Amino acid sequence: MNFDDTPQEAEFRATARAWIAANAPKQYEEELRKSSLGRTVLRNANILEVAKAWQKKKADAGWACLHWPKEYGGRGSSPIERVIWQQEEGPFGQLSRMFIIGHGMCGPTMMAFAREEHKRTYLPPLASGEKVWCQLFSEPAGGSDVAGLRTRAEKDGDDWIVNGQKIWTSGAHYSDYGILLTRTDPTVPKHKGLTMFFLDMKSPGVEVRPIKQASGASDFNEVYFTNVRIPDHQRLGEVGDGWNVSLTTLMNERSAIGAAVSTGFPELFEYCASLMLDDGPAIEDRAVRSKLANWAVKASGLKYTSMRAISALSRGERPGPENSIGKLVAGSMIQDVATYALDLQGASGVVSGEEAELAGRFQAMLLRAPGTRVEGGTDEIMRNIIAERVLGLPGDIRVDKDVPFNKIPTKGRG
Amino acid sequence: MNFDFSDDQKQLRDQARKFLAEKCSAKAVRVVLDGKAPYDKELWKGLAEMGFLGVAIPEEFGGAGAGHLELCVIAEEMGRANAPVPFSSTVYLAAEALLIAGSDAQKKKWLPAIASGEAIGTLALFEGKGNPSSKNVKLTAANGTLNGVKKPVADGAIADFAVIAARTGSTGRDGDVSLFLVDLKAGGVEVKSLTNLDPTRGQAEITFKDCKAEPLGAAGEGWSILTQVLDRAAVLCAFEQVGGADRALEMGRDYALDRIAFGRQIGSFQAIKHMLADMYVSATLARSNSYYGAWALSTNAAELPEAAAAARISATQAFQHCAKNNIQVHGGMGFTWEFDCHMYYRRANAMALGLGSLSYWEDQLIDRMRKKNAA
Ligand SMILES: Cc1cc2nc3c(=O)[nH]c(=O)nc-3n(C[C@H](O)[C@H](O)[C@H](O)COP(=O)(O)OP(=O)(O)OC[C@H]3O[C@@H](n4cnc5c(N)ncnc54)[C@H](O)[C@@H]3O)c2cc1C
Repeated sequence: MNFDDTPQEAEFRATARAWIAANAPKQYEEELRKSSLGRTVLRNANILEVAKAWQKKKADAGWACLHWPKEYGGRGSSPIERVIWQQEEGPFGQLSRMFIIGHGMCGPTMMAFAREEHKRTYLPPLASGEKVWCQLFSEPAGGSDVAGLRTRAEKDGDDWIVNGQKIWTSGAHYSDYGILLTRTDPTVPKHKGLTMFFLDMKSPGVEVRPIKQASGASDFNEVYFTNVRIPDHQRLGEVGDGWNVSLTTLMNERSAIGAAVSTGFPELFEYCASLMLDDGPAIEDRAVRSKLANWAVKASGLKYTSMRAISALSRGERPGPENSIGKLVAGSMIQDVATYALDLQGASGVVSGEEAELAGRFQAMLLRAPGTRVEGGTDEIMRNIIAERVLGLPGDIRVDKDVPFNKIPTKGRG
Repeated sequence: MNFDFSDDQKQLRDQARKFLAEKCSAKAVRVVLDGKAPYDKELWKGLAEMGFLGVAIPEEFGGAGAGHLELCVIAEEMGRANAPVPFSSTVYLAAEALLIAGSDAQKKKWLPAIASGEAIGTLALFEGKGNPSSKNVKLTAANGTLNGVKKPVADGAIADFAVIAARTGSTGRDGDVSLFLVDLKAGGVEVKSLTNLDPTRGQAEITFKDCKAEPLGAAGEGWSILTQVLDRAAVLCAFEQVGGADRALEMGRDYALDRIAFGRQIGSFQAIKHMLADMYVSATLARSNSYYGAWALSTNAAELPEAAAAARISATQAFQHCAKNNIQVHGGMGFTWEFDCHMYYRRANAMALGLGSLSYWEDQLIDRMRKKNAA
């Protein structure tokens, strides 16, 4: 057990640090440092443009998507080097959140299932942030039950014709490409009739309509498909094997989102260290300390759990279902942390936005947090995964498992 | 950077697990639980023969000289087996105090005896209600003799010697406390066993009347030594707790697969699955925090105080959480004396108090984090 850098790791760190010092967009450092879940504001700049510029700069110098192979725009780095990079990148790493779906989910799926020439064409500009990707899985009738989706793809010569609707698609409004899960055979049980593609979001017949979120922001969308043509060579995996392909995406999603989810703890600790309550500093209050200590050990537990996972990766093990733990714990924690920070503010906690305490960072966190517990699989689905795939408990009873998809009932009531 | 035990250490874990599965079955634990023996003497001898008692004691003092990571590995297995032996008192508390503060002569006298299983040691710190605090130390030491009462003392009734915190000054500060070593078999000591939450590890009240004692460490340094001892013990106990939590989770999982209700395995009910998933989550967080503690302990890192408090809190919570829900998964069976669930429930709740309760460690953690942030 060793936390110190090996000589090679130390050298890598020094090189990364020097490069970041010379190249990072420092004018945004302070704002990025003060941002938290639900609140990344750059007052005088468009965040997508800043993010793209930083990503491009990183890619040109070989610092983008570090663990990807070089021929696909990466650096071929070890998992540990990736961690070192993240440590050194610090608040600037927040900017890559704009690309998390492309880098964390679409990229790995393309790498596993796309043709070699497509990998070489599409992956480098994805790594460099020049092209943004989205994930078109969820539908009104298929969220947790992804395999219940209804968007159809029908073969027409060398093309497929797609009709249907996706929903909750993050970043679709500024995406160039997407990976798309469709139903190609409604007469077989639901998991067997799915097929995966990637497509150009500018294709005729694709319509993106932003949805206003509960938080007030609009980061996700409805996407409609009307006779959209996708050439067969953009199929990922075999016809009817879309479920397996999507499992690769979802497994990567859990580790990508799980590793990136913040807990809100550092923000709360810092806040309590400076906050004065009626009878003295918050941090000296017994009740406050107890709450903080409980969250502190969750936050550190998550941190060291992911270090253990990285050590396992370095030994060549694959990321497993135990990665579900990150999002499960952090999701409800950030919600509780935000609620508590506002509790400490008392009546004035109700004010949000720029006028609020700390420019409303905890209010923004509170309003964004419910989404964290839903996106990428709900808390309940995460618990099912742990129970079934880590602990080996029986799967849920599935009444629709052997039923042809077009015979499954679609309404709960009436 | 590598955040895992080495292959050798994992091999040691397998060896310890196998040994304990054989020598420390639930049936063996029950002999002590039922009050038929104060501890498992055979097992204690066996642990000595395996070299587990002295795994972190240097070779020059009769130990294996392996190190603290190895001791963490053994600790986890001791917790998993719910071993009814004075391991934590002797190995984490008494031996660590000697390693930190003992004179050469004291180390030569007691450490080989610990490693070979001949001497059981303990730490006598508490005097009734309250958490570790120099203010709570009332027992006095003057001219090499002790007067006062310690309670509860873990394994006090079977210990051969004790490290004792005594008051030697009157400034009202930590510097008033000094440590002493007492041979409990000599005169001036009166021991009374106490009924306690976890009969597999006894508790006692010890009264000292003009009892001869020799200083351990410099006068006035007692509290600072104790803080170090408690931090180290916090990490080691955390591993026992992680082992116990893991075992309770495993018992719950196994029962959920076996028991049928409403024509289904109860493990197919989501309420049960989710309860077990949450047990897995808390056990995993505790394990990860404890690994960090193990690293800090084994390298004597500056992070040890903070890491120890985090490991302690996390592991205490996890063991309590897993032990209580294990009973719930077992339903009525879980609440019988016959099933083993309550042994882990008892151990979890007793261990939650032994080094100071959760609220004490919460305070410690926040103080230490503040200090680090200020630095
Ligand atoms: C901010 C945000 C961003 C998103 N981004 C994307 C994206 O980019 N691309 C994309 O494809 N999707 C995206 N999603 C969709 C997301 O994956 C789904 O919302 C999620 O999987 C839940 O599906 P649902 O909304 O249909 O809820 P439902 O599946 O209808 O769930 C409703 C409730 O029922 C519970 N439930 C459902 N099934 C079970 C079960 N088997 N056991 C126990 N409880 C169950 C759920 O836990 C939940 O509490 C995003 C969602 C959010 C909130």
